[in-house]
Amino acid sequence: MSKKMEARSLARKGKALSPPIKSSSVKKTKAKTSVPTKKTRDQKRTRAFTQYAPAPESSKVVTLKEKYDHYINGEFVAPSSKTYMDSINPATGKVLAKVAVGNQKDVDLAVAAARAAYNNVWSKMPASERSKYLFRIARILQERAREFAVLESMDGGKPIKESRDVDIPLAAQHFFYYAGWADKLEFAFPGKKLRPLGVCGQIIPWNFPLLMAAWKLAPALATGNTVVLKPAEQTSLTALLLCEVLEEAGLPPGVVNIVTGAGATGDALVKHPDVNKIAFTGSTDIGKLIARNVANSTKKLTLELGGKSANIVFEDAALDQAVEGVINGIYFNQGHVCCAGSRLLVEECIHDVFIKKLKKRMETLRVGDPLDKNTDVGAINSKEQWLKIKELIEIGKKEGGDFYEVSTDAPTQGYFQKPCLFTGVSNSHTIARTEIFGPVLTVLTFRTPDEAILKANDTPYGLAAGIWSEKGSKIHKVASSLRAGVIWANTYNKFDAASPFGGMKESGHGREGGLQGLFPYLEIE
Amino acid sequence: MKVLKTIKLYINGEFPRTESGRSYPIMDHDGKEYARVCQGSRKDFRNAVEAAKNAQAAWSKRTAYNRGQILYRMGEMAQGKLEEFSQLFQTCLGLSHEKSVDMAQAGIDAFIYYAGLADKYTQILCSVNQVNGPFHNFTTPTPIGITTYADADKFDFKLLVSHLCAIILSGNSVVAILGKGCPAIIAPLSEVFATSDLPPGVINLITGSFDEVAGFVAGHHEVQALFVAGDRSANSKQVSELKLLAVDNMKRLHLIGEKTSALELVMKAVEMQTIWHPIGV
Repeated sequence: MSKKMEARSLARKGKALSPPIKSSSVKKTKAKTSVPTKKTRDQKRTRAFTQYAPAPESSKVVTLKEKYDHYINGEFVAPSSKTYMDSINPATGKVLAKVAVGNQKDVDLAVAAARAAYNNVWSKMPASERSKYLFRIARILQERAREFAVLESMDGGKPIKESRDVDIPLAAQHFFYYAGWADKLEFAFPGKKLRPLGVCGQIIPWNFPLLMAAWKLAPALATGNTVVLKPAEQTSLTALLLCEVLEEAGLPPGVVNIVTGAGATGDALVKHPDVNKIAFTGSTDIGKLIARNVANSTKKLTLELGGKSANIVFEDAALDQAVEGVINGIYFNQGHVCCAGSRLLVEECIHDVFIKKLKKRMETLRVGDPLDKNTDVGAINSKEQWLKIKELIEIGKKEGGDFYEVSTDAPTQGYFQKPCLFTGVSNSHTIARTEIFGPVLTVLTFRTPDEAILKANDTPYGLAAGIWSEKGSKIHKVASSLRAGVIWANTYNKFDAASPFGGMKESGHGREGGLQGLFPYLEIE
Repeated sequence: MKVLKTIKLYINGEFPRTESGRSYPIMDHDGKEYARVCQGSRKDFRNAVEAAKNAQAAWSKRTAYNRGQILYRMGEMAQGKLEEFSQLFQTCLGLSHEKSVDMAQAGIDAFIYYAGLADKYTQILCSVNQVNGPFHNFTTPTPIGITTYADADKFDFKLLVSHLCAIILSGNSVVAILGKGCPAIIAPLSEVFATSDLPPGVINLITGSFDEVAGFVAGHHEVQALFVAGDRSANSKQVSELKLLAVDNMKRLHLIGEKTSALELVMKAVEMQTIWHPIGV
């Protein structure tokens, strides 16, 4: 029996390894030596509670190639530029593999392959057959889930428990969900003839690499389009592993093509004259750039962009649940979530008690190795993002926000940021307006529901919002007044293939997921 | 002797002249001056957006039943002006009596059609989503907010009425810039709106040149959507320029026209909002 377990069993029997301290003796020792204050005692206790033995997921399940080529027309094709970029493991800062850098020639090749597959195969195939391919992809993804989860955590720094329990299962669900739509499109818009758009160019971000690929590919393929997909340059590996799944599923060559690279590669795809539709998920700045680039064309466009979502906690909320929701809202995936609840709006009368509870809970978050099954907060996705977060934290401090960072340890190697928050902030502060995309929470207060609505809507973004209250009528009133595409009431950061996701205002347009997620890929005749 | 008038604008439920003081004559089909209309300016447009902004929240909070009744009231008031509408179409468009009555009646019928849609479109567009967990999850259309509308240059009364009704029935407010085809329509149409219990500012009408204010309209940051009627091509020079300007605040730009169905129109004027709530005790 280990010492810890021994202590626990003794404690259960009413005994303890050391005799219990009587209150009188506490007083005595207090006078002589400096007894730790209640706060530090709490912190120590929490730390002991959070210090688990390492439980790393084995990375042996993943076989990394030395270098990765584009996937065009069902084959891995070396980049015409002959150049490769490094894909870095942000938890160590070390190179995982080399990934091809795509240029105009590569994009031309991929678009031509997609066009040929659209004309000759995919648009002619019975919808029920398209459906079966997507079901197959979903199944194979489920079967190879562990491999994908480990690779996702290695490549992007996200905790294995999130890639294992959220990213990969949701990606599989997305294919499964849209597979069933392929041969039922006539029910999606009754009385109208629908047709696919053609070749879709899809550009996805680094925060949920495989999941975003699934969000883009599944509805596009189900509706009969073919695709050229460009993963983010930081996180291309799971998309490239997905090519193996597509092959295994027997997907006809050219239906999905993947060209890797950075901004220039994406630019070539956006400007390509033979692309009918661009779907982009990423920052609002790049989204606007893309929108300007397609302005003089007939290309369709959907954008899923940034956010500065408000998580509103009313005094009549179930506070402990709300604390969990706020934690999940901002520290899930290191805060690299476009819909992160990055602005906490807490009713003034409960501010102090709520922040106290929140800080106590924050102390229990384990920051560390993304592959460790106990890790709550993994590595910041890239050095660039890590520096950006640091910079914004400094701006927050300079502008007078009260900064609090948890006392738990974080690895000194790799790119890590401990969960933190700012109190004493107003809506005009930079950290209350700018999307930080990191584990940084900004706390604001309000006095009335109307003020909460006003403050929540006082942003050019409109992606998501959270409402915490035990009063149903209040939730409905506030929800209908919030200009955000997704409202989480008494929950946060929940995603599902059947649930439409997308923003209002400068958070983009179009929906992904659900029936509504079909429309961006269909022409109504 | 006939008294010639300058037809005024319709902003915030009132009938102001353009602040610019500009007006231009419109001719009847025989080439004689019929009346003068205001040439609306950027400032007029800005004022109208202000009115639309002030009106929108309260309008969207009305019940759908109430909005439907107000649209129906517009139909009733328009029916009382059938003669005036048809006379106008005969004079300005050179239509025969029969054709002008048909056109007027088609517009009036459009009011009635959309009155009946105001409390139904959510049932058509809403969904309850079966998510993989104990959550009640539903998606519902919500109004976009403050919108602008540029009418087609080729005048079609039914389309104009349909477009305006489809935009406002979900709780949006609109600033409409009327086309070159029949700007004098602003007179009887604004009287319909002013006498139908429509809250001031929900519909604002401006005459003048869309081309002149187009850039300003597409770039205005308070405006959430711009509807351009007349089946314009998505890559025409003007539309491309509008798209470019609309990017700044991610304004939704919708090209609509004869082929756009009622439901599509309504869909273009709403934003889908998805709400999650746990199910449990």
